[in-house]
Amino acid sequence: MGRKLLTEHINVEGIDTFEVYRKHGGYRSVEKALKTMTPDEVVEEVKKSGLRGRGGAGFPTGLKWSFLAKPEGVPRHLVCNADESEPGTFKDRQLMSKLPHLLIEGMITSSYALGANTSYIYIRGELLYVLRILEKAISEAYANGFLGKNILGSGYDLDLHVHPGGGAYICGEETALLESLEGKRGNPRNKPPFPAVQGLYARPTVVNNVESIAAVVPIINDGGDEYAKLGVGKSTGTKLFSACGHLNKPGIYEIELGVPVEEFIYSDEYCGGIWKGRELKAVVAGGSSVPILPKELILKTAAGEDRLMTYESLSDGGFVTGTMLGSGGFIAMDETTCIVRNTWSFSRFYHHESCGQCSPCREGTGWMEKVLHRLEHGHGHMEDIDLLVSVAKQIEGNTICPLGEAAAWPVAAAVRHFRDEFEWHVTHAKEAARPGAVYPGKAVLA
Amino acid sequence: MPLNLIDMEPTNAPAKPQFSAAAQDEIKRIITHYPEDRKKSALLPVLHIAQAEFGGWVSPEVQTLVAETLDLKPIEVYEVATFYTMFNLKPVGKHVLEICRTGPCMLRGSDELTAHLERLTGARVGGETSPDGLFTLKEVECLAACGFAPIVQVREKYYEQLDTPENVDAMLTELRNMVHRPILPWEALAQN
Amino acid sequence: MAKITFDGIEIEIPDGTTIMNAARTVGGSIVPPAMCYYTPLKGSGGKCRACLVKVTAGSTKDPRPMPKLVPSCITSVQDGMVVENTVNQQVLDVRKGIVEMLLINHPLDCPVCDQAGECDLQNFAFEHGVSTTRYTEERRTFDKIDIGPLIQLHMTRCILCYRCVYTANQIAGDRVHGVLGRGDAAEIGTYIENIIDQDFSGNVIDVCPVGALTDKTWRFKQRVWFTKPVNAHRDCPKCSGNVLLWYKGKDVLRVTARKDEYGEVKEWICNECRFEKKETSDWTIEGPAHIDRSSVISANHYELPVLNHSVVADLPESTQRELEKNPPLKLGS
Ligand SMILES: Cc1cc2nc3c(=O)[nH]c(=O)nc-3n(C[C@H](O)[C@H](O)[C@H](O)COP(=O)(O)O)c2cc1C
Ligand code: SF4
Ligand code: SF4
Ligand code: FES
Ligand code: FES
Repeated sequence: MGRKLLTEHINVEGIDTFEVYRKHGGYRSVEKALKTMTPDEVVEEVKKSGLRGRGGAGFPTGLKWSFLAKPEGVPRHLVCNADESEPGTFKDRQLMSKLPHLLIEGMITSSYALGANTSYIYIRGELLYVLRILEKAISEAYANGFLGKNILGSGYDLDLHVHPGGGAYICGEETALLESLEGKRGNPRNKPPFPAVQGLYARPTVVNNVESIAAVVPIINDGGDEYAKLGVGKSTGTKLFSACGHLNKPGIYEIELGVPVEEFIYSDEYCGGIWKGRELKAVVAGGSSVPILPKELILKTAAGEDRLMTYESLSDGGFVTGTMLGSGGFIAMDETTCIVRNTWSFSRFYHHESCGQCSPCREGTGWMEKVLHRLEHGHGHMEDIDLLVSVAKQIEGNTICPLGEAAAWPVAAAVRHFRDEFEWHVTHAKEAARPGAVYPGKAVLA
Repeated sequence: MPLNLIDMEPTNAPAKPQFSAAAQDEIKRIITHYPEDRKKSALLPVLHIAQAEFGGWVSPEVQTLVAETLDLKPIEVYEVATFYTMFNLKPVGKHVLEICRTGPCMLRGSDELTAHLERLTGARVGGETSPDGLFTLKEVECLAACGFAPIVQVREKYYEQLDTPENVDAMLTELRNMVHRPILPWEALAQN
Repeated sequence: MAKITFDGIEIEIPDGTTIMNAARTVGGSIVPPAMCYYTPLKGSGGKCRACLVKVTAGSTKDPRPMPKLVPSCITSVQDGMVVENTVNQQVLDVRKGIVEMLLINHPLDCPVCDQAGECDLQNFAFEHGVSTTRYTEERRTFDKIDIGPLIQLHMTRCILCYRCVYTANQIAGDRVHGVLGRGDAAEIGTYIENIIDQDFSGNVIDVCPVGALTDKTWRFKQRVWFTKPVNAHRDCPKCSGNVLLWYKGKDVLRVTARKDEYGEVKEWICNECRFEKKETSDWTIEGPAHIDRSSVISANHYELPVLNHSVVADLPESTQRELEKNPPLKLGS
């Protein structure tokens, strides 16, 4: 089994307490950073590590930090994005509930690097029980001098608070998150200005995913170069994948980036193959918004090479024959899965979660859902299939925030690779509308 | 009443609701998390407290109380409470079962679970409450627990892997026997 | 100052101006349509996406094209920027798409809508849309509600531009009006039947681009194109008193603020001027107003983008008769 940087001690009894966490080497990165490094040196290490944002977009974290505006006399903020709501993704919840101090340690070290004196963890409202765990861990950190005034005698002050959402996927989008943190509706902001210039309370702000911030801990402990030795090419380090759907062993797995997808699905070390001895049909590899790929294309690229669990390999072939690593929400579907039904479910999700500010997304997501619902229930027409693609195209690229694309891509990709199955839902409408109906044909590969 | 439990008979909000002393202290603590001129930031956490205190939903009166507590205009609270799906705007039963319906849960049987729960409780999803007033069924989107699908959330607790009748029964039995809702941290503080 | 090229025309404009306002200095048909942006309202714009344009060169310093279309109403000009609007096919196609999106949940009840003839959506659809709809699903509907005794909200027609919310917030003072719900179920609402009784609340009627917010005191409910706008003023202690009176024969049917060619209110007026002064003797008449918006009123014709038969079917008989006398044209026929 590969090296684990984040979850090595996840099953240790009592690791959610300060004492046990500290005994297993916890808070070393804070000591090292605050006592021996300048903030810029911390940023430099993160740059060297090649760490890419784990929230979905994969933007290099060190680079993002270096964009933070630093006007004289204006406070800056670090906000941790713990809104985790992308269907298929459940890694942050596990990490925070089992290893709350890892996130807190990462927040302290990262806030120091950015010169933030008040930082927030924005956690989705459904996870109030995790908020309680974090608040308890935070008070332990205060009691032990790792938060508050003059941390470890370094002269650096930091207050850390947890803020709950209220049930809205869109608040994972960083500017919607900031609006929500300000006590408003989660309407994403038009950009520019970017949060690095005008974020929380119009002050310069960095928003990072839970896992990105947790990864700062091993990066500072062992050095950015050490971290960058793990992984393949520009996909450095380890990454948490949350595997779900029709797998024998769903769950979260920390893997060194570069494991072949085939090994991840079938090896007993990871997901242990498809349940009930069935065949794999398709995979959504990075959370519901990335394009779905049929079995043949998720295991091998169009060029016939093994597909690896890296940013580059998963996106090999662009949106024609590739997909994206996204948030690491790995959804496997067996041969009995109805792609139309699954696509409809995702569409219903985006329709339900659209904030409703901009017209293409507000109206288009509902439209797609209705058309898919019709197809799935045996009332579709052949033209509906192209209509779906056309509506998806009308949304993509024309909205305020990327939820528009997130809604459009899964539909476009499903039609691209499974058009025959969509057509079958029209030609064999009655049969297809029966619950549990299984399409007998094959996927379209290119 | 046992020391660490709070009575949970549906306390449908009285006409002029008031926060308990414990909740008021908690709200004061939360407000200190934000800059002084940014009290509005505390709106979501305070709405959660209000929902927990006043029978699992936020009536217009409760929302007005929240507005007064944070020096906001009522419409500012209403705009926010209607945006976020966790806030119930209508009276609910004793336990709100929030059933995840999104793709990954659907792949592992959430449709069957929903139908099963509708049969067992006599309520329909979409906010209906069972005739005995015990259960309100609500469909929600992905709860970030897809690997343990299908999932139901009740208050702050996740019930996972509800793909067998035994697991579902165990959940319903636990809830049926629950006279008191679990105590919240600030309530525990106040009782000590 | 920044120099930009817009549809091949060079414009010199102060830094910080938006692309939209730069184009408006030239005027005419090159100006991108605006369904949500409203100059006097801070924070408006960026929502409807009607005004998307292509930036083929960002600036002299960074001449790379911008990857996505940008909303011209909130994007500032940069020296050396090159913008394409009417000369860019992608922009025109996307705009057609936006018209379609805005119309799918719109009732298309123009034959009975007070706004018909001066409706931004009608104009927008007429100029940029297509004549058929591919939307066959049910449309969302809401009941009409009264926002106080003077204003009616017909939410079914709303395009969620948020203009009225900004107006209520910035002009009318104490805010009791906002957006409730989310997604396509979002609606304009007042706090539990609270009425808007501030002095300037009536201005929400003028900013509404469609017929969602209307004047309940509009006497005899006439089609706009049968009425005659006249400039008038009075000595008003609360507002400038500069208004438009809309006449039918000798009767003042309604009072509105004066608007510029982009439909933007020049001076906000108070509720007393708007709702209570409906006699010619209340006013000093200045003379007939020239409405120079590119609207269907001034073109003196009235066309529907698409006629929604399911809505028209429910009309009262008297309106049916009226419709038969003045049938709406079907675009493209
Ligand atoms: C609709 C939408 C939902 C998102 N949800 C999340 C989320 O739940 N968690 C998260 O970390 N990032 C989410 N993101 C990405 C964030 O906007 C942001 O890019 C990320 O938090 C940056 O952190 P990183 O650089 O560490 O990845 C979402 C983006 C969009 C457009
Ligand atoms: S794309 Fe959708 S979610 Fe994003 S701002 Fe527009 S309406 Fe809201
Ligand atoms: S009511 Fe009119 S002004 Fe208000 S949001 Fe709707 S369309 Fe815009
Ligand atoms: S889909 Fe149900 S928890 Fe994610
Ligand atoms: S006018 Fe620019 S987006 Fe609406």
